[in-house]
Amino acid sequence: MHMATTLTINGEKKTFDAPPEMPLLWVLRDILGMTGTKFGCGIAQCGACTVHVDGKAVRSCVLPVSAVENRTVTTVEAVGSTPAGAKVQKAWLDLEVIQCGYCQSGQIMSAAALLTATPNPDDSDIDAAMAGNICRCGTYVRIREAIKQAASGRQS
Amino acid sequence: MIADKTLQGVSRRALLTGGVATGFLLAFHLPLRAAVNEPVQPSDATDGKFAPNAFIRIDEIGHTVLIMPQVEMGQGTYTSISAVLAEELDADWAKVEVQHAPPNDKLYGNPTFGLQVTGNSNSIRAWWTPLRKAGATARAMLVQAAANQWGVEPASCTASKGEVTHAGSGRTLAYGALVQAAQGQTPPKDVALKDPKNFVYIGQSLKRLDTPDKVNGKAVYGIDAILPGMKIATVATCPVFGGKVGKVDDSAAVKIPGVRKVVALDDTVAVIGDHMWAAKKGLEALKIEWNEGPHAKLTTKDIWQDLRAAGAKDGAVAKSTGDIAKGLSSGDRFEAAYELPFLAHASMEPINATVHVKPDSCEIWTGTQIMTRVQSEAAKAAGLPVDKVIVNNHLLGGGFGRKLEPDMVITAVKIAKQVDYPVKVIWTREEDIQHDVYRPVYRDQISASLVDGKVAAWKYKVAGSAVLARWLPPAFQKGIDIDAVDAAVDAPYDFANFHVEYVRAEPPAVPTGFWRGVGPNNNVFAVECAMDELAGKAGKDPVEFRRSMLTKNPRMLAVLNLAAEKAGWGQPLPARVGRGVCVQPSFESFIATVVEAEIDDIGEITLRRVTSVVDTGIAVNPDTVKAQIEGGLIFGLTAALYGEITIDKGRVQQSNFHDYRMMRINETPKIEVIVVKSGEAPGGIGEAGVNAGPPALRNAILAATGVALRRLPIDRKALAVGKKA
Repeated sequence: MHMATTLTINGEKKTFDAPPEMPLLWVLRDILGMTGTKFGCGIAQCGACTVHVDGKAVRSCVLPVSAVENRTVTTVEAVGSTPAGAKVQKAWLDLEVIQCGYCQSGQIMSAAALLTATPNPDDSDIDAAMAGNICRCGTYVRIREAIKQAASGRQS
Repeated sequence: MIADKTLQGVSRRALLTGGVATGFLLAFHLPLRAAVNEPVQPSDATDGKFAPNAFIRIDEIGHTVLIMPQVEMGQGTYTSISAVLAEELDADWAKVEVQHAPPNDKLYGNPTFGLQVTGNSNSIRAWWTPLRKAGATARAMLVQAAANQWGVEPASCTASKGEVTHAGSGRTLAYGALVQAAQGQTPPKDVALKDPKNFVYIGQSLKRLDTPDKVNGKAVYGIDAILPGMKIATVATCPVFGGKVGKVDDSAAVKIPGVRKVVALDDTVAVIGDHMWAAKKGLEALKIEWNEGPHAKLTTKDIWQDLRAAGAKDGAVAKSTGDIAKGLSSGDRFEAAYELPFLAHASMEPINATVHVKPDSCEIWTGTQIMTRVQSEAAKAAGLPVDKVIVNNHLLGGGFGRKLEPDMVITAVKIAKQVDYPVKVIWTREEDIQHDVYRPVYRDQISASLVDGKVAAWKYKVAGSAVLARWLPPAFQKGIDIDAVDAAVDAPYDFANFHVEYVRAEPPAVPTGFWRGVGPNNNVFAVECAMDELAGKAGKDPVEFRRSMLTKNPRMLAVLNLAAEKAGWGQPLPARVGRGVCVQPSFESFIATVVEAEIDDIGEITLRRVTSVVDTGIAVNPDTVKAQIEGGLIFGLTAALYGEITIDKGRVQQSNFHDYRMMRINETPKIEVIVVKSGEAPGGIGEAGVNAGPPALRNAILAATGVALRRLPIDRKALAVGKKA
């Protein structure tokens, strides 16, 4: 059963038809054409699909679109307009965190949510917030360093 | 690695026909329609541009487009290749932009393979000289054009950052202003290449060109292709290797809103829907009967039995020096066998391809390491001539060797043939892991003898699948898979009596392929594990033992010494904490690594610290070299800690990241990588770190517990307190 759904994504109201149980990931990618959010596992094991709902990091691959109606969704396409997101993006580039980059949308979303909630995270905060995001290229050492740099505001 | 020496015939032919700095003939396809999320392809409309060869396009405002013969899958090659071209071109780095090359072996074939392939950590090694010449030729033409305009000798002019300057008069002309005149120049036959001491880009950690779009969702991977009227499909392939589709009942599936069509192929069923969710729901609603075929009882246990039996036979001799029989007949004898499991690639971007088949053409959007093979295989599947198949390459969300295979594109073409609209076929993670082309199982046996505390004889036999025999048949000669024995024949140590054999042993029905680190993964593991056990037998420190046999290998000795120093080798450690060392000659790089690990009472492992010292010759981009080693170490350590694909009832038992585990940030140790300065020719780096992690970790475990593991992944039970090897 399809029905009209309205979401606020990156500050814009979007209305579309989708089954209520359809995961937000596929609404973003296949209905709205927003491909920055990635499919990695489909079972909330890898974090590639991470977006913010009301500022918190969630796995969009298992999140029914009906659960986010009337809530605020932010994706990697707009995270740079948040203070934490902008700092994270800058630190990611300053330290050349990225290799293939496929998981990095999710890594950046998790890191930005972490810094919003915990402006000065220690290693265990970073572990707790980032352990749900797999990177096959193995950029973890630089992710940790970049989060610390983004938190401190220092330059590389 | 797949030695240039072995493929010299191929290599030379590829260079001769490779269009490298030899002409202006271009055969690019001009895309006919604009699609959202389409990567920019090189245009064949070169008029108005300076196009001295297949790699360089400069327009009248000086905008410099460099066309990438190798693909970007995270290894940083777009930036490094651009640096090599820009160096000899003396381009203005700020004006450089890159484009994916279209499929064309003649223009973009990897000089080592004669085929447009990205693999074997050889992008820089293979293209180092051809691309320097391409850049230098273009620069010479621009300088000549400026000299003509000024009526001066070219030798009195210099080029830098996209400008030609006449030293005597101080006059300058930007490359953009010289485009028309340079295009009319005859490319010089022999051009001088820069003295490395004058490099301005090579050797600098230039910022990567591909990463700014990777922080904001703008980067376009194959899975991101969007075309007008496109539908999405997902697939189920027979879970048993070699099995086929029997009956398909789609009565429930076609009633699901958004499901458009069910397509049954030989061994795969696809559901096409308006979006991935509809396709997935449709697939779940299908009732499929499989014809499981002859392999329905296959188990990993059977495969290991067969491999052990095959490994007991004599193999083809890959290298033999001295007198191995005599050497082994004296001294203190050592025998060991090391075994490595099947592995899946698990790139973060699951395999996918988008295809639009029309009556007289087939167009493909994907990310592949093997452009021209995708094109030719798609042509066969579509029943069209090769020149009617257009391939648009994209950034790859990880490759690791999985995308050296065209199978996903072939399947997608067969599905797309059934409909008249473009279809994007996405494998779920479960299908991706269960229908991979797996890193083969290997059994590596080493017999050695010790005399006076040194290895006097070394006999090494590798048994396993010959990936090259399938993938590049001309490279499989005299029964020897040069990949499987790559770092076996190139042992870094000075062994007087030395003998390497290879036994080809193919597992039934399980497809095997290249996996990041390739042949050296099994060789470096076996050699370095054996070296530690031999050191123990000789009563020597593992680093000291290696040093004594590296006296003729100064580059390796130097990295070993520095790694030992930086890692604090020899300093006291708490109980059940150990350091393990590994040296490796893979991909023409010289690397020494020390892993420090702690093993708790139940055998769980904590990685404390990793130190790697790398001499890769001239490091085109030192920060990229560092990043590749960091990431490669984690890739290899992940496999050592967790990686194993097992088979029961003909089926792969793992399916997703919950049962095919990956290392995560909370398990990642401190990693220090030191890139030493060198003037030697560049080595390969993208895969080398993968080789280092497993043996160094295994040797750390040996030091911490006394348990000499000989199989991967690591068996925790064997490491619990009270267990001894």
